[in-house]
Amino acid sequence: MLRTIKLKKGLDIRLSGEAEPTFTPVEQSTLYAMRPTDFHGIVPKPVVKPGDKLRAGDALFVDKATERIRVVSPVSGTVKDIVRGERRKILSITVEPSATQVSADFGKVDVANITPDALIELLLRSGLFAFIHQRPYDVVASPTDTPKGIFVSAFSKMPLAADFDVVVAGRESYFQAGLKALSKLAPTYLGISPKQAESAFLPTEGVTVTVFDGPNPSGNVGVHINHLAPVNKGEVVWTIGAEEVIFIGELLSEGHVNLKRRIAVGGSEVIHPEYVETYIGAKIGDILRNNVTNSEYHIRIINGNPLVGTISSEDDFLGARSTELSVLPEGDDKHEVLGWIAPRLNQFSAHRSYFSWLMGGRKSYAPDCRIKGGERRMIMSGEYDRVFPMDIYAGYLVKAILTGDIDRQEALGIYEVAPEDFAVAEFVDSSKLALQRIVREGLDTLRKENA
Amino acid sequence: MIQKTLDKLRPHFEEGGKLSAFRSVFDGFETFLVVPSTTSKSGVSIHDSIDSKRIMSFVVIALLPALFFGMYNIGYQNYQAAGVEASCVDLFLYGLLVMLPKIVVSYVVGLGIEFVVAQWKKEEIQEGYLVTGILIPMIVPVDTPLWMLAVAVAFSVIFAKEIYGGTGMNIFNPALVARAFLFFAYPTSMSGDKVWLAKDTWFSLGNIIPDSHTLATPLGEAAAHIAPQGDFWTYCVGLMPGSVGETSVIAIAIGAVILLWTGIASWKTMCSVFVGGAATAYLFNISGLADNAVAAIPWYNHLVLGGFCFGAVFMATDPVTSARTEGGKYIYGLLIGVLAITIRVLNPGYPEGMMLAILFMNMFAPLIDYCFVQRNINKRLQRTKTK
Repeated sequence: MLRTIKLKKGLDIRLSGEAEPTFTPVEQSTLYAMRPTDFHGIVPKPVVKPGDKLRAGDALFVDKATERIRVVSPVSGTVKDIVRGERRKILSITVEPSATQVSADFGKVDVANITPDALIELLLRSGLFAFIHQRPYDVVASPTDTPKGIFVSAFSKMPLAADFDVVVAGRESYFQAGLKALSKLAPTYLGISPKQAESAFLPTEGVTVTVFDGPNPSGNVGVHINHLAPVNKGEVVWTIGAEEVIFIGELLSEGHVNLKRRIAVGGSEVIHPEYVETYIGAKIGDILRNNVTNSEYHIRIINGNPLVGTISSEDDFLGARSTELSVLPEGDDKHEVLGWIAPRLNQFSAHRSYFSWLMGGRKSYAPDCRIKGGERRMIMSGEYDRVFPMDIYAGYLVKAILTGDIDRQEALGIYEVAPEDFAVAEFVDSSKLALQRIVREGLDTLRKENA
Repeated sequence: MIQKTLDKLRPHFEEGGKLSAFRSVFDGFETFLVVPSTTSKSGVSIHDSIDSKRIMSFVVIALLPALFFGMYNIGYQNYQAAGVEASCVDLFLYGLLVMLPKIVVSYVVGLGIEFVVAQWKKEEIQEGYLVTGILIPMIVPVDTPLWMLAVAVAFSVIFAKEIYGGTGMNIFNPALVARAFLFFAYPTSMSGDKVWLAKDTWFSLGNIIPDSHTLATPLGEAAAHIAPQGDFWTYCVGLMPGSVGETSVIAIAIGAVILLWTGIASWKTMCSVFVGGAATAYLFNISGLADNAVAAIPWYNHLVLGGFCFGAVFMATDPVTSARTEGGKYIYGLLIGVLAITIRVLNPGYPEGMMLAILFMNMFAPLIDYCFVQRNINKRLQRTKTK
């Protein structure tokens, strides 16, 4: 019998255009890119020049401090450009794919007999270590740390999020091999949703499986960590996306890096919301070709889901950690007269001064990206706590970050959180504070101070 | 069409425009008329449709039943004192005409100050005063002169709110500060038996009533050692003298339902106020303080008399000045109830204890929260120590 943790706090948001569980392999994209911003916390140092020939799995850039953490190319081909922005900050390294995919060979590995050090070395060389994040600070992990646990979440309750059961279908053995390998490094915990209790990727070897039953954000690893092994000062836990555990499993079983993943393409502005199989870093315009409504109003493409994803465009590239692409109406060309007092029957709200609660969660909504209100000070109390299923006073923590009081941030549990944990709170906030940005900046400042 | 007009007007109000001194006023009206089409640049792409404008408007909507009943009651008291028969419509219209100048004065003075401050700090107008502005005329005696009201509003907006940093940062409830200001600065106009009646005619409605005519509130009578005569249901309906908004428990209950249903007010705070008040009043009932007429008022009557209900529903639940932790809300509410009844019974100088009880607990709310937050912090510290 699996241990079940029931969570009451949170909020499920149903958006129209959820991806159907069918998938189309898209054609080879014209251009791929890896973006250092997807690997928060490392300063990139490119190890290739435009014109270099690469195999899939060859390094594009490494972290400047230790030069051990590599980020590798998802495809074989020719380096096209190192795109730089302001103050020569590297935005992306683009690769033009070759006609046939050639992969670097790392050799097959018997998971049962590999030592932890050898495994870490292999993960570093193959570029998969860069996908491991750590708490505190929610940055790319450091290979010299000994984590007290590794956390993987096999589900996401975010709106329009990809369903991991669809993503993993046919690759369950890789997933299991990946988990088994991780459990060599530290006690590994897998969080699943109640309906996954019979999933084909179970049982897993050497891993503690816990069921988390509750509304969004119950699929966040942060919530799992808080309930199973909260991070204290001086401790480190690692987190990695379930999709990336498949990469590790495939590396060990087949000896090559295959950064192909199934992503959900959804949102009210997508014609056929479904799953798409593509390499990470593919050009978004190629993934969405002929699949976005030809509307007269503005639309927004989001790299990820509408709560956590970043604003993107057709010329941008699929994020290394994005498990979905969402397309929503932008809404900056919409003018709603007296909207704040209108009934707004077609708009979703967790607040009962609107009427969406009458639909009992059955109706799905197609919101645009307007903030729908001015930024205020925190007026209502308990708004964040209602959707924050952790033993942390979210409002007080945000205030401590805003006032820059580091001792108080520590005392209130900043080491346990990541920006994504505040996503639902940011959605419901009537004061319209940019909580994820506030927390991100708070974590970055704290990391600098503690370094 | 509205959008086009606004777009045409905007350049005048921007930096360097002819009317740039009124930028905050223009912004205020623009966001009032049209939902701003700003979209998020970071973080979540979608937002809940809720905003503080809507929350504040719902509080105002919840206050309307009590306000309308108060208007009717003003007319009722006036015509009854004069001994003249009149239709319901006349009674209400008279009350409306008496109240309108007060509401206008409260909003003009209060919002005027808010606009000036917003302009000066280059901020958006905050909606908090929408609620305060309607609360203040409802919690003062009907006979309060307009100039006193204006002074009290100015005092409370500046000294209870803006100097702390505006809406969301204040320690004390601004509406109650306005009332407390009047209460202590002009005691003769704020209490006693002469202030509960509108005594002039307005547009040929109403009756002129001689100054010698007095009307005592039940609590005032009790404080003067006269056992009040009404029963529970009379007090609930509320056709009796008192501050404009506070007399009818039924009208306040409608507001309470709206606030609790929408989740704007915390049921934890609201219920605990009643529990605290009832328990304390019951203790006084059985304590046998024979010479104290207020102590002898049955506990259920205590809850429906004076400003108790109004304070519990609309004042104690103000999210900014009340306790912000969920556990703290129980304690905060409970102590307001206890203090309100204690002040009523033991201090005949202030027959209305609710105002002082809430202001007092406003001051202690951060301390209550501190204890709850500290408990969480200690738990976290404990975790590292046990290892």
